[in-house]
Amino acid sequence: MAQAAAVATPPKVPRRRSANPRRLPYLLIAPAGLLMLGFIAYPVAGVFYYSLQNYNVTKPWRNGFAGLDNFTRIFTEDDQFWTTLGFSAQWVVTQVALQLTLGLALALIVNQTFIGRGISRAMVFSPWAVSGVLTSTIWILLYNSSTGFSRYLADAGIGDYGTSVLSDTGTVFWAATVAELWRGVPFFAILILADLQSVSKELYEAASVDGAGRLRQFFHITLPHLRDAIVLATLLRGVWEFNNVDLLYTLTGGGPAGETTTLPLYVANTGIDGHDFGYASALTTVAFVILLLCSIVYLRLSKFGGDHK
Amino acid sequence: MTAALAEKNGTDSAHPPAPHTRPPAARRRREPGRERAFDEVPRWQIYVPLGIYLVFTLIPFYWMLLFAVRPAGSTSLVPWPMTGEHFSKVWNERSFAVFFQNSMIVGVCTLISTTLVALAGGYALARFNFKIKNAFMLALLCSQFIPGALMLVPLFEIFKNLRMINSLGSVVIAETVFQLPLSIILISGFIKNVPVSLEEAAWVDGCSRLRAFCAVVLPLLRPGLIAVGSFAFVHSWNHFLFALMFLSEQDKQTIPVGLNTLIGADSVDLGALAAGGVIAAVPVVIVFAFIQKWLITGFSAGAVKG
Repeated sequence: MAQAAAVATPPKVPRRRSANPRRLPYLLIAPAGLLMLGFIAYPVAGVFYYSLQNYNVTKPWRNGFAGLDNFTRIFTEDDQFWTTLGFSAQWVVTQVALQLTLGLALALIVNQTFIGRGISRAMVFSPWAVSGVLTSTIWILLYNSSTGFSRYLADAGIGDYGTSVLSDTGTVFWAATVAELWRGVPFFAILILADLQSVSKELYEAASVDGAGRLRQFFHITLPHLRDAIVLATLLRGVWEFNNVDLLYTLTGGGPAGETTTLPLYVANTGIDGHDFGYASALTTVAFVILLLCSIVYLRLSKFGGDHK
Repeated sequence: MTAALAEKNGTDSAHPPAPHTRPPAARRRREPGRERAFDEVPRWQIYVPLGIYLVFTLIPFYWMLLFAVRPAGSTSLVPWPMTGEHFSKVWNERSFAVFFQNSMIVGVCTLISTTLVALAGGYALARFNFKIKNAFMLALLCSQFIPGALMLVPLFEIFKNLRMINSLGSVVIAETVFQLPLSIILISGFIKNVPVSLEEAAWVDGCSRLRAFCAVVLPLLRPGLIAVGSFAFVHSWNHFLFALMFLSEQDKQTIPVGLNTLIGADSVDLGALAAGGVIAAVPVVIVFAFIQKWLITGFSAGAVKG
């Protein structure tokens, strides 16, 4: 990256058609490279730097180099770190597993030819365009205990009037999970559908001539073909579900009683509300390393990009 | 000649021949005693699960619309009689008119900057071999693992030093930067699918590299550009944290932040919240309805095949 910027500064060369093919690629990646250097690489370095500092706006007299103090505090004293990490893992695994299953099923269905396919696709994919805050808005309306869905069910004799599922520690996880699934499944379905369209029809025809049923065709043709797409989509989505705080921040605020606080949400609370930037940066660093290690292990285990098609 | 070829190919890639052509399947079904075609599924296996999923998808939207148009205090499940009171309240008193305008500015600016920068970067990756190409690719991939939410503090300090706090420009830059990696990878995938020979033919005809690119490659990239651009727009329209952090003045806020203030109000006005939600949803749903066909083509050409 550092090299990119150094080389990318364009020297004054008379510009002719493809006369400077050696410089052109650097010129072309320069805008992207510089933006990423300035607004990703530099802030990341900042996070690493602050993680070794005491940096608390409310206690400026203690600010200064702290060495590894922040990190020892994370691993030895901070119970909340382990709780939020555990919840993050539970959240990511549940989301990715359910989104993959439902998304795959949905993609297989709308890949068929049937009447009304276009409009059905548009409708089932539409939550993809909806944001975390908007998803929260919608599901807050649905989950509201006095005017929401449960009230109408209770009026009809199913269940009873109760507290909102969002303020009950027993139900809040699944309530949030359903809300996130609502907009997460379309993403998976779109990615998988895109890859499904490139499966060669001849393979199915040949398999069908050889007497393979639809189930066997699915496991021996469709699934292997989709493997790279699935690995990539689950990885991206896993990272995204880990990092994203929009939905939980606005839907539950991490509550009730810290029941739905993910690690990034904990970091945000520590850094922004608690003003303890040094400690928040150390937490960020740990989260980043965990994410990176998990991703590497996952790519190794899934043999991504291997020769299998 | 090349332009004509490009035009022809452009329409082809935008509307690829449907993989399943209906007439043969229909003909097959009509012949009695004939075995079912290899790819045909019993109709109920399509319609039943799809119907269930459609209900799950649409009820929340319906619920929001219902709350937005029915009068306060009503418990009717049919949006009748309708009222615009919630909309006018949110639009005028809760300054959603301003939020809407700000969100639009951020969305359109992010769309333009992301597409242009990613186009340049994607072209370099697709058409050239250069020393730091692999390092650049690696940086793009690695950046996907960096949580934007966790970089808020250093980003905030950068924008403070640039005196860009409370300017929509800070949000546009942040959104662009976080959109770039995926956009570049997608666009370079699309460009790789355009045969180099087309460009070379244009060079031979005397076009400059830039003219050849604009006349030959660009028309063929239309579905990909639409996919990437709409992605950038929808993401920046929806994204919440950057706007929340970098824009502290109320008249600079965007719609998601406005929605959040409605959620956080002590006594939540559900009608106003629903109306705000509808205002937030309308532009992205329109964009989505327009592009959803191209989105799938775009993804299959770009990202997935790498």
